Amino acid sequence: MKRTLKLGAAAAALALVASGCGSEDDGNDSEVDVAANEDCAARTTEARDAGDLTEVSLQLQWVSQAQFAGYYAAVAECFYVDEGLDVKIVEGGVDIVPQDVLASGDVDYAISWVPKVLGSIEQGAKITDVAQIFERSATTQISFKDKNITSPADLKGKAVGSWGFGNEWELFAGMQEAGVGVGDINLVQQAFDMNAFLAGDIDAAQAMTYNEYAQVLETVNPETGELFTPDDLNVIDWNDAGSAMLQDAIWAQTEKLSDAAYEEQTVAFIKASIKGWAFVRDNPEEAATIVAESGSELGTSHQLWMTNEVNKLLWPSTNGVGLIDEAAWKQTVDIALNTKNETGASIISKEPPATAYSNEYVEKALAELEADGVDTLGKDYEPITVELKEGGK
Amino acid sequence: MALVNVVLTRSRAIVLGLLGVAAVVATWDVYKALGPEQGVLIGTTRVLPRTTDLAMPHSWEMLQRFGEPVTARIGAPDAFSAVFDASMFSLGLAARGWLIGVVVGLLLALAMSRFRIVESALLPWVVLSQTVPLIAIAPLVRRWGSEIEIGSYVWTSQDSVAVIAAYLAFFPVAVGALRGLKSPDTTHLDLMHALGVGWWRTLLTLRLPASVPFVLPALRLAAASAVIGAVVAEVSIGLKGGLGRMVIDYAVAASGDPAKPWAPIFGAVAIGLLAAGAVGLLGLALRPFRLTGVPR
Repeated sequence: MKRTLKLGAAAAALALVASGCGSEDDGNDSEVDVAANEDCAARTTEARDAGDLTEVSLQLQWVSQAQFAGYYAAVAECFYVDEGLDVKIVEGGVDIVPQDVLASGDVDYAISWVPKVLGSIEQGAKITDVAQIFERSATTQISFKDKNITSPADLKGKAVGSWGFGNEWELFAGMQEAGVGVGDINLVQQAFDMNAFLAGDIDAAQAMTYNEYAQVLETVNPETGELFTPDDLNVIDWNDAGSAMLQDAIWAQTEKLSDAAYEEQTVAFIKASIKGWAFVRDNPEEAATIVAESGSELGTSHQLWMTNEVNKLLWPSTNGVGLIDEAAWKQTVDIALNTKNETGASIISKEPPATAYSNEYVEKALAELEADGVDTLGKDYEPITVELKEGGK
Repeated sequence: MALVNVVLTRSRAIVLGLLGVAAVVATWDVYKALGPEQGVLIGTTRVLPRTTDLAMPHSWEMLQRFGEPVTARIGAPDAFSAVFDASMFSLGLAARGWLIGVVVGLLLALAMSRFRIVESALLPWVVLSQTVPLIAIAPLVRRWGSEIEIGSYVWTSQDSVAVIAAYLAFFPVAVGALRGLKSPDTTHLDLMHALGVGWWRTLLTLRLPASVPFVLPALRLAAASAVIGAVVAEVSIGLKGGLGRMVIDYAVAASGDPAKPWAPIFGAVAIGLLAAGAVGLLGLALRPFRLTGVPR
């Protein structure tokens, strides 16, 4: 009896210890602890203590990675603090829909793709695209050279991978343009990894230039014993095929935009964010390190690759980073209206309201940046060369 | 003498356990060595997996991966300590979820066994609650939670994960305990009644001890559910620090570094065993009650 009591006590102690382990951290843990340099960390604390900063939260579309490097850099380099903002970056997750979190008022701004948000807006979400950070689309459809898939028309009769959940529209639009119906392909649900593609279950797989494409290039080709190279792959780039849709944008709450303080804060937020992205353009290695030290678990060469590829989506910028190009917006809306998926549905059934985007704030931000001497066009931008290591290490 | 016996049975159990693990490992590697590269297909359905290094890394490669750094970043921990930390984090959340789930489950069972009408009203909802998919409730819990502020206490995503773990864990406890509380023989209950013993005394002296054999397996099920709930909820809402998030983070390496994504899976197995083992210890403490109450 005594022994059993002891065992029970041990079990209880174990449970307590275990539950204690979980609660070591305090504070909100979905917020990213951005690794700022010492100088900036000190300045942030000082300004925070003096009560000079307005707290602002930003909901990301996914977990920490270089896709969002500009915002991390703006925190780490104190660009937000310079504008009087104390920005908290909130990570996303598999089931976190940034536009819903924003529309329900839990955060002040969110990063999301335009086509995904258009659907939410039609269903009543009152949010506005206030800065179109990515000018180009990063979605591609890749295949091995021997499959001979070089254009959307070649997808006919092939096993075509897609992640679904709103990532499929550029693919479907490109196919429709080329006269290939959704029924003409064998649509395969794609996982987070590229194993199905490498095993040959998928002929043409969806790949972001900054992520999955690199995953393939980080894998050893069993035939050569070396890593796969870009020469092994055909890439259908939706920017070239004409079915690209606008991706990462900064979204704000439409109704709050009539409030002068929020308007001012929005301009300041966009301004510092663009400054962050200019920093990423000029210091890709440093930016990748900031993201890695802020809790991203991606391999080092993979992270740098992502930083470099994301830079290519912004720079060189046609009209200044963040400015929403009307033609590109219209193309996105047209595809959202007219492209049918495998169930015959389209993203939206009518034109989005005029409040769906606004250049008012980004124009102010760009003007201020120009006055400060920040290059928002990056006309001379040249990407760096990143050597991927096996497994992205 | 008794001690020797205990030691013997214990060591036998340990040896058998290890043999079981060794058998799984051996099956894995033997199939990998001898199985067809493309796996076994019936029609177009693959019934046995491919044996390529991508699909099935060698067991020793997976083990070896634990000793290597997570990434090439200077100061990056080795995979073992990263997985260990994440496992402890998830186990902590699962334990919190388990505790909440057990308390809620027991209270529900008590209420249902006390009042017939509560049982009729509540039991269908208890069952229905488990048909709501986790991916639907996870973001909701996080959003509702973010609006909760009790005094100076601010709701965190960790609390959301613990609540989701509890949501899965309370169910077996509620159902098992209800069954257990209603398990005493009618003759025993009649005796209590005849002696004029009240509901509380009956509960303490008859119903609770009688429920132990039903509650123990329920607690163990709840432990497993809490671990699954915690890990899945982490994936769902992207909480940093635990195994769930690690599964997403490491998936990127599935092609180039195929042993890496297995690391958090082993972590999950380990904490599942640990959780079930801890509940097993609890069972030993409650062992005396197994002999009373229920005629068996």
